[in-house]
Amino acid sequence: MSPIVKLTDVHKYFGTYKVLEGVTFEVPRGGVAAIIGQSGSGKSTALRCINALEAIQGGTIDVCGHAIQDPELNRRALRCDVGMVFQSYNLFPHLTVEQNIMLAPTCVKLMRKPQARDLAHQVLAQVGLAEKAEHYPEQLSGGQQQRVAIARSLAMKPKLMLFDEVTSALDPQLTGEVLKVMEELARGGMTMILVTHEMAFARKVASQVIYMHKGTVWETGSGTMLDSPRTAELRSFVNNGL
Amino acid sequence: MTTSAFSIVHFEFLCWAALWTIGLSAIALVGGSLLGFVIALARISSNKSLRWASSLYIQLVQGTPLLVLLFLLYYGIAVFVGPTIPSIVAAGAGLTIYASGFLAEIWRGCIEAVPKSQWEAAECLALRRSQRMVHVILPQALRIATPPTVGFVVQVVKNTSLASVIGFIELAQAGKLINNSIFEPFTVFVVVAAIYFGICFPLSAWSRTLERTLNVADR
Repeated sequence: MSPIVKLTDVHKYFGTYKVLEGVTFEVPRGGVAAIIGQSGSGKSTALRCINALEAIQGGTIDVCGHAIQDPELNRRALRCDVGMVFQSYNLFPHLTVEQNIMLAPTCVKLMRKPQARDLAHQVLAQVGLAEKAEHYPEQLSGGQQQRVAIARSLAMKPKLMLFDEVTSALDPQLTGEVLKVMEELARGGMTMILVTHEMAFARKVASQVIYMHKGTVWETGSGTMLDSPRTAELRSFVNNGL
Repeated sequence: MTTSAFSIVHFEFLCWAALWTIGLSAIALVGGSLLGFVIALARISSNKSLRWASSLYIQLVQGTPLLVLLFLLYYGIAVFVGPTIPSIVAAGAGLTIYASGFLAEIWRGCIEAVPKSQWEAAECLALRRSQRMVHVILPQALRIATPPTVGFVVQVVKNTSLASVIGFIELAQAGKLINNSIFEPFTVFVVVAAIYFGICFPLSAWSRTLERTLNVADR
């Protein structure tokens, strides 16, 4: 199967500080990749580079046929193919849940309002929040807001979804409801890359686990790699997490 | 007391002049808002020379006394265009420029106060820059901008009194004219001050209410 995302020897600096030092990995269509690692290992930066939110200084990234390192990159076309969900939800506070979801389809895909509204209700049902369409984000719990954020991305029918520590701001119960939605997405065949601290989720759902350390891919393999780490660094990381 | 004491006729004249104060404030605010909004956008534009030019404009306006600006427009321009321009035109233009310089900077701050993550979320949804601005950033900036903008309106109302120096008959100038004829400065200027207060106090009270109800610090 051809990869939908392919990073080759990616280098990224913040000033003189090297964040990514030759990151290489690929994710096939329908794959679920979990990127794990300590804070400062470059995992979130790698995810942001995939969506062209950060410029890279070396190497190549191919995402759904878009060459991210290309100065002529069509960012809007890229973002039509890639959905992204953040730790802090980033819903638009002045719009209702339904309006949050309808905004991009009506503005970008020029969908008519009634169709966009149907679509909004469809994706809200998918995340189990059909009855919250008229609410404002601040009236929802963190877990519900994050599920709306996922629904908002889904409404653009992306080929790839990026999740940047989406449960880090939530308590365990709310984390569970968000992870459940993500698990259903994975089962539905969505290609996903997630930066996460949820080891149990990575082990269970991910088809591929990427352990990043000091700006490189230190160890990679299937979910079971977490049960028998090859490197000392991953072993200590996994043990500290338990 | 003499027959020339402060009377209802004088009070009526002051009220009529107060309408000019309000009218001049309205001109300054409408003109200043339109110009100020464009300059605020230029200030955060991706184009470097636009940013530089708008920044220079703001520095010039904020660094020049309004009084000097009014003299320049009323007497200075007349040197080039012949007979003096009407004082309402000079006063309207001067206050518009003054208001635009301050509103541009207030609003730039309000637009930049919308969290960067909101821009990023909108960007990740494939919205173009103008769409991000119109649908995501400006509606939130508006909430943040309302209290300081209303607060600034109070400054504009009070500063219209400077238009008296170029012969525009607004509230302050009307007070001066009455005082010249009846010489009761204390009475006249207490009444003038009270009318200014009557216009400004509701505005500043409203501004404080907005600060509380919009509760922007939490967003």
